[in-house]
Formats: sequence, structure tokens, C-alpha cells
Amino acid sequence: MDWNFIVQYSDLYKEAALLTVRIAWIGILGSLILGLICGMIRYYKVPVLSQIAGIYIELSRNTPLLIQLFFLYFGLPKIGIVLQSETCAIAGLIFLGGSYMAEAFRSGIEAVDRIQMESGLSLGLTRRQVFFYIIFPQAAAVAVPGIGANAIFLIKETSVFSVVALMDLMHVAKDLIGLYYKTDEALFMLVVSYLIILLPVSIILTFLERRLRYAGFGN
Amino acid sequence: MQDLGIKILLQGDNLVRLLQGLGVTISISVISVLLSLAFGVLLGIVMMVKNPLIRFITRLYLEFIRIMPQLVLLFLVYFGSAKHLGWDLGGETASVIVFVLWGTAEMGDLVRGALQSISVHQTESGKALGLTKGQIYYYILIPQAVKRLIPQAMNLVTRMIKTTSLIVLIGVVEVVKTGQQIIESARLTSPSAALWIYGVIFFMYFIICYPISLIAGHLEKVWKE
Repeated sequence: MDWNFIVQYSDLYKEAALLTVRIAWIGILGSLILGLICGMIRYYKVPVLSQIAGIYIELSRNTPLLIQLFFLYFGLPKIGIVLQSETCAIAGLIFLGGSYMAEAFRSGIEAVDRIQMESGLSLGLTRRQVFFYIIFPQAAAVAVPGIGANAIFLIKETSVFSVVALMDLMHVAKDLIGLYYKTDEALFMLVVSYLIILLPVSIILTFLERRLRYAGFGN
Repeated sequence: MQDLGIKILLQGDNLVRLLQGLGVTISISVISVLLSLAFGVLLGIVMMVKNPLIRFITRLYLEFIRIMPQLVLLFLVYFGSAKHLGWDLGGETASVIVFVLWGTAEMGDLVRGALQSISVHQTESGKALGLTKGQIYYYILIPQAVKRLIPQAMNLVTRMIKTTSLIVLIGVVEVVKTGQQIIESARLTSPSAALWIYGVIFFMYFIICYPISLIAGHLEKVWKE
């Protein structure tokens, strides 16, 4: 292990890791919003929109991100839609994550007993009030572990962004291996970088999950 | 849609080549899935053992594999084995190794979860009836666990199939690479080929994974009651 080499090139990794974190952050936030919208459309069975959301969810859940990115980055320019690398990466991540988040929200909403909504309505609350004050808080508690798992999944999926010409961690590692044959050092830094990004998220989510279990309701 | 780029698919043996590429993808998936399911069941049962050392080792293995992106694992095995062990693993072998390591970890955790979700009373009642440990597993725990396990295992299978798309990045000639070759060769005659080829590959993955997800969702609903 050549520590000088590691010190010398650690800045490259730092930059790449920051890029990963930035894209993952925007992607997760976007997925949450898209997922919440799709989840609500599906739950309230809004005509037409509900079918569209259903098709979108199935398409996105059953295809790999890599192919989605190839389509966005190399396919769409052929019909005049040219996306920047970063836009493309974020769009791909949101397209993929939206469906996973929608399913997490839906399972959360479905876990709330129907009697909760009926009780709210009988107390004279409007449908919107029932959703925001009664159903959503309970559903969110149930959905958090799923959402957390999806967030980690999405961060891991960012590792394919080198294919849309982003200088991400994989790209840096591959470059260093190709240029200097420093396989050990490059791979070591790669693993360490992902651990630095993912371990804290994973630990925080474990704690959050444990706390929410205490905040259980009904039983 | 300047020129009907879809005709690129019908030119020469392009479609056949694409399907052959898909065959490589599928065969790597099938081998990895079968091995992972078998090893995963073993790992899941081993993880139920109370020995702290075994627990620690399996836990460490599981957490490391699960937290690393699969592409990182592919790089580790593909580049790492060449450098240290002097093995010239083809991309195919390296990817099967990685997917089996990863699939075993995920499957093991599913098996453990399914076994643990069965109430302790079941085991205790079995013991009270004088069944041996093997009999308790065979007649009581496994039949109940299987119902919880199968839908989740099927979802894992679709995840593994989707993840095999990554192997193009370590140089395996599968469906994506074949598609890229077709696009390259048609660069001048059919500039919009990329749209169509990637679109077709997109739907190929969908056609394979969607039925499996559908059945998994159905089974989950049926067996819940």
C-alpha cells in the first residue's frame, strides 16, 4: 500500500464523493416528492392519472437504472432532447426512486386502518384535514423504514453515473487503475469513500427505526 | 423521428444478435440466482445459531456486502483478483462470483427474517411434543417460513436480473454491449439507432422482470390471509 499515493490523490476522491452526495441528495428529495404525489394519486384512485402513475411505477421498478440512463443520455438526443450529464443523472435517479418511494408511501397509507378516516370524517373534518392531521402522520411512521432503505438503495445506485460522463468515484478509481496500475490504493480509497458516505446514513436510519417502533400506535 | 430508426432492428441479423446478448445476460442471472438461493438458505439457517463468533462473522459479511454498491464489488473482484491472485478471471466469472456473494447475503437475511418472524411458541410446542431439532425445522418452521419467503425471494430475483446490467462495465459482451456495437456500426446509416436500441433493451428487461414482480405481488397478497 502506497500511502503517499493515497494522500496525493485523496482530493480527487473528495471531489467525486461530494458530487455523489450532491446528486444523491437532490435525487432522494426529488424521489420523495414524486413518490408522495404518485402514492396519493394511487391511493385516491384519481381517474386517468392513477393509471399513468401505475404504468410509470411498473416501468421504473422493473428496469435497471443503467438502461434508463443510456436511454436518457444517448437515446433522447436523437429526438432533439439533449440533457447535460448531471441533469441526466438526477432525472434518472428521480425516475427510478419515485416509484420505490411511491410504493413505500402507499404501504404506509394502507397500513392505517380505514376506521381512522371514517372517524375523522364523522367528527366533521374535511378530507384534506383527515389526510394531513390523521392519516399522514401515522402513515409516515410506518413508511420510514422503507423510505430509509430506498434512500440507501438510491445512494448505492449513484455508482453507475460514470456512464453519463460524470467524474464520480467509480470513474476516479478506474482512471487511477488504468493510468498508474495502483489497483490496491484505488480500490481501497473507493471502498473507504463509499463507507464514509453510506455508514452514517445506515446508522442514523437504524436508530430512527428503533425510535419509531417505540412510537407505535394501537398496540 | 427523422428516419424510421426502428428498421435498424430488422436489418441483417441485428435482432438475433441482440437476443443472443440477452441470452448471456439471462444465463449469468440464472446461474447466480440458483447458487444464491441455495447458499442463502444455508446462510440464513447458520445465522440462527447462537454462537457469538459465528454471529459476528456472518453479520460482518452481510453488512459489508449490503452497504457496498454492487459495482464496487464487481471492481473489487475483477481488478483485485487479477492483481493479487494472478487470476485472469473473465468478466463473466467475476460477475457470477460477485452476484453469488451478494445474492447469498441478501437471501440469507430474508431466510433469517422469515424464520424469526415465526412465533417462538411454534418451536416450543414442537419441543414439547418431543420433536428433534431437525424435525422442528422440517415439519414446522420451514413450511411456514416458505410462504413468507417466496414473494421476497422473487423480488430479490428481479433485483439480481436488473443488476446484471452492470456487467457491461467490466467488459462482458451481453445485451447492452451488443446494442452498443449495433449502434456504432449504424452510426452513419441510421443516426437515431441509439434511441431505438436502448428503448428495445429497456423493454427487454421490463418483459423479463415484470411477470416475476407480478406473481410475487400476487402470492404476497394471497398468502397474507
